[in-house]
Amino acid sequence: MMLVVSFDTDLLEIIGLSLRVSLTALLIACALGLPIGALVATSRFPGRGALLLLMNALMGLPPVVVGLIVYLHLSNVGPLGWLQLLYTPTAMIIAQTLLIAPIVAALSRQVLEDLHEEYAEQFQSLAVPRATAVRALLWDARYSLLTVALAGFGRAIAEVGAVIIVGGNIDHLTRVMTTAIALETSKGDLPLALALGIILLIIALAVNALVMAARMTAARYAYA
Amino acid sequence: MKSGVFPIERSRQSLPAVDQPASAAVSTSRSAPLLPLLTRGLTLERDGRRLIDGIDLSLEAGGLTVVMGPNGAGKSLLLRLLHGLIRPTAGEINWAGASMTPSTRKRQGMVFQRPVLLRRSVAANLDFALGLRGGGSVERRDALLERVGLEHQAGQPARLLSGGEQQRLALIRALALEPEVLFLDEPTASLDPASVLTIEDVVQGCRQNGTKIIFVTHDLNQAKRLADDVVFLHRGRLVEQAPAGAFFTNPRSEPAGAYLEGRIVL
Repeated sequence: MMLVVSFDTDLLEIIGLSLRVSLTALLIACALGLPIGALVATSRFPGRGALLLLMNALMGLPPVVVGLIVYLHLSNVGPLGWLQLLYTPTAMIIAQTLLIAPIVAALSRQVLEDLHEEYAEQFQSLAVPRATAVRALLWDARYSLLTVALAGFGRAIAEVGAVIIVGGNIDHLTRVMTTAIALETSKGDLPLALALGIILLIIALAVNALVMAARMTAARYAYA
Repeated sequence: MKSGVFPIERSRQSLPAVDQPASAAVSTSRSAPLLPLLTRGLTLERDGRRLIDGIDLSLEAGGLTVVMGPNGAGKSLLLRLLHGLIRPTAGEINWAGASMTPSTRKRQGMVFQRPVLLRRSVAANLDFALGLRGGGSVERRDALLERVGLEHQAGQPARLLSGGEQQRLALIRALALEPEVLFLDEPTASLDPASVLTIEDVVQGCRQNGTKIIFVTHDLNQAKRLADDVVFLHRGRLVEQAPAGAFFTNPRSEPAGAYLEGRIVL
């Protein structure tokens, strides 16, 4: 507990890196996943059912498999080895982005499709251009999409398998909360592992509380 | 019979000053008239059932046409077909001799029985519509809100308005795009009298400005107040189309006669 209360420098560094990696991955995943979700939600085309199946299946991607795939691409003999990204926070961001982008795309597709069903006839009547309709759906569903982003963030911040493979859990470079917890537990340094675990829980609770407060405010104004 | 006396070009000139800025933006696509409307053998089938059955309809420019008929007669479906929201199974819809195209719908507006409002403020709902044709300004938006008595609710969430207020907003949103044809699908069903009066006033104003109004209603008194001519549907068929005076005093078809007498028509 003292580690948590005294804001140990090493601890702060690990927390900072964890947040930086997961939040960056979340931003990129949202930038990719939300437009994909919106486009699929507002489109009807042959093979759409198969695409939905694939999108939903990708939500359950095993982190170690993603880690392995990213590792194979970023290793020196891999196609992207020349970028020299393996065992860097960037590699961890890439792995987490690949993990959570399908979650953001699939969940946002469902949210946006429900809203699109409500708006579709009115948009058709007003002859709203496709791009405008997609933008309007994303904006009007923003509070529901916060929950989608929260699901993605939860997956990213709690994930260990992929980041340990592509990050390597290097002290002061790629060590994040989950990999540190795994390492310290195996070393028998349970206080640090526990401190990190507590902070992980607090972060999860705080983020959830913020999103819930935003959604409740929105619901009060009938915006969600 | 008051229909057909307001050519579209004249109507554009007679719009209030607040409507002028957008007129310039949309006038280029409006050089050709949109009316008359002609349908031939208009048919819609769903799951093997014929919901609209070979409707031949002819509507001239201007005036207010009331579409009446018992429940399930196909009134709302007819409006959706004419507005291009659904495709007919068979038959033709011609606007001034031309087939329906996406640009045709841009010259029309529709108000649904249950208004669909964006999850935004009253003002933002109107801004969204105004932004679609590049004719938006705060002054114009405020003038439009004032026209339906919503100027004091501009900042309120649209979905927290009363039913009547929501419908007034939906109406003025449709009118913000200066449609040449306005479809109204039972816009005053279950509304408070004040909202009904406002909506009827605004609709009447549009008619006087030359907008062609096609108005579905179950309310016989409302139909008598508003109609220039009446289209009566029964079981998906057009059984009577007549000037309002003739229709209400001397209906030619048996279902229309029964309906006007207050008998239950199935």
